[in-house]
Amino acid sequence: MRTSKSARIGQYAALLAYLAFLALPFLWLLSTAFKPPRELGSLHPTWVPRNPTLDNFRQAFDEQPLLHAALNSLLAAASAALVAVLLATPMAYVMARHRTLLGRAATGWVVVSQAFPFVLVIIPLFLVLKNLRLIDSVFGLVMVYVVWSLPFALWMLVGYVRAVPAELEEAAAVDGAGRLRTLVSVMAPLLAPGIVATALFAFVTAWNEFFFALVLLKTPEKQTLPVVLTHFIGAEGVADLGPLAAAAFLATLPSLVVFAIVQRRITGGLMAGAVKS
Amino acid sequence: MRARWLVVLVLLLAGCTGGDGGSEDGTITLRFQSLAWQDESVAVNKALVKEWNAIHPNVKVEYVQGSWDSVHDQLLTSFEGGEAPDIIHDASDDLADFAYGGYLADLRRLLPERLKSDIPQRSWETTTFGDGVYGVPFLQEPRVLIANAKWLRESGVRVPTPEHPWSWAEFRSVTRELSGDGKYGVAWPLKEPVSATLNLSLSAGGQLFHRGADGKVTVRFAAPEEVVPRTIHDQVNSDDSASSSTLGSGGSDTLPGFFGGRYAMVPLGFSYRQQITQQAPKGFEWQVLPAPAGADGLTQGVSPQTLSIAEDSRHQAEAAEFIDFILRPENMVRLALGDWMLPTGTQALKSPSLHTRKDGWATGTALATHLRSAPAQSVRGYPEWKDKVATPAFQEYYSGAIDLAELRKRLEDDGNLVLARYQR
Repeated sequence: MRTSKSARIGQYAALLAYLAFLALPFLWLLSTAFKPPRELGSLHPTWVPRNPTLDNFRQAFDEQPLLHAALNSLLAAASAALVAVLLATPMAYVMARHRTLLGRAATGWVVVSQAFPFVLVIIPLFLVLKNLRLIDSVFGLVMVYVVWSLPFALWMLVGYVRAVPAELEEAAAVDGAGRLRTLVSVMAPLLAPGIVATALFAFVTAWNEFFFALVLLKTPEKQTLPVVLTHFIGAEGVADLGPLAAAAFLATLPSLVVFAIVQRRITGGLMAGAVKS
Repeated sequence: MRARWLVVLVLLLAGCTGGDGGSEDGTITLRFQSLAWQDESVAVNKALVKEWNAIHPNVKVEYVQGSWDSVHDQLLTSFEGGEAPDIIHDASDDLADFAYGGYLADLRRLLPERLKSDIPQRSWETTTFGDGVYGVPFLQEPRVLIANAKWLRESGVRVPTPEHPWSWAEFRSVTRELSGDGKYGVAWPLKEPVSATLNLSLSAGGQLFHRGADGKVTVRFAAPEEVVPRTIHDQVNSDDSASSSTLGSGGSDTLPGFFGGRYAMVPLGFSYRQQITQQAPKGFEWQVLPAPAGADGLTQGVSPQTLSIAEDSRHQAEAAEFIDFILRPENMVRLALGDWMLPTGTQALKSPSLHTRKDGWATGTALATHLRSAPAQSVRGYPEWKDKVATPAFQEYYSGAIDLAELRKRLEDDGNLVLARYQR
């Protein structure tokens, strides 16, 4: 089916509009990060700072332990992504290949669990972690992140597993491979794009997460980046806008870099989960 | 079998996590959660902690950075889990639930006489809940008018002082005079319309919440309560002397328009001066004016910043000593300057650094004796009343969608139904 020229122009225009919609906040954040205070209070703000400065970055680093907080975030997010994928992959395999009533109930529960608001679980969760002496511990936070991202990770991976033809496993079985060997040597490589996409989802979710980190981590040295960013905000929402923009810009970079590196794999992963054989 | 190993692993890892603040050599460690956020303020707080630690080797204070943005949720969870900091920085309007919930220590027996007598009774009232005192109010800020000095000077209007403030009627006529050609005499940033309206209404004698002989609170919106809302409403909807576009804005959002010559005045908290000094264009002249006065003069409601002690703290006496230390008059002045606010302490208020005309300090300091406990401080059910009834009602009234009679009806009829549920 050929697309007419005008239709294609329309499609590109829509795509450009969407890209602008996505990019504008980020570009404005970038612009704000390099503006001196007097330009921040201007009635006629400009996209390009008239007198660009690095003072906001300097001030942000001077005032708050951003680097340390970023390392904490990285540790928590990477650990959560790794553990979530390690747990979700075999679980998804079982749920996809063995469609039992229990499996269907588990899938339903996974979807329903996404509707629980954070505030509903935070106090019981806090008490459980306190009894385990895991308050103010990055390990405790990682546990929470894993539990929180596992349902969605599982749901994503089930789709990817179902997209892989069962005949491949049967062929592996004929060659004498057991369940675990099949999963590791046959399924895992085929699922790689999906696993990467799922890991990335878990990583970004944990990287951006604020509320659990706020409540569970007490020691300043253990706080993650989203929590530290709030230290630039004062009473009644007054913000130290320049340093906040600088710090927020830096906080978005890791996600962007990770996305850029694995972008092609994600695309492949998303496609794989989209079509069932 | 594997599950058992997992439990063992979890417990082993758990064993590596945090302690309880105690120490084998008898050193006590207190956790002080500060909400200081401005560069100068953080520096002062950290310096005071350092000074304390230098002279108290056996009672170490650990500075923990908190955030205004999330302090209530964070504290609530910490209290529930018994993990609250020993010394808690907050604001008096956030303390009621914690005080009534038994999470905060009653400070009456803990604080030294020096500190008790230094802070006036009107300030202690902001942290008194039931029979106890649950916080030390130490910094406060009046709402003031930040004005474009050149604009005022050229217009020839009488410039108010704390001794001779504008009345609400005069304020309205001045803003009319300053308006025209797409410019406005005032821009009201009323993102939080309820607290601003209620606190300023005290100047006209508007209490809104009236406590009966049975101790029950009812909402009554009578003539004194009408003065401030009617002034704002008329400026926006009748006089065209106040911008309607800023009604949903926060204070910071109005500054570009103020610097750009669109508004002659902006009613803001006293501490906004810090942002103004940073952001004002070179050569921009601004000054601090007192808010308009009514039948009760310059009286205003405030919710001071507070220092409290957790009920669960095992070192309440030491925590109180630390509070006494950082609230010594000279230290209170440092904290006030760092936060661009006013100290509550009578000795600190005498500091020459708070009486300079530079950046409007003298005007603000002259208002200190007129500051009272915010009307809503001790009203149980206020947050729900505010969110469900008052905020939408005031927003609609200020935008011209409803009239004064409808505003009264909602505040009283709907409002009293909400409050009644908390007072059965």
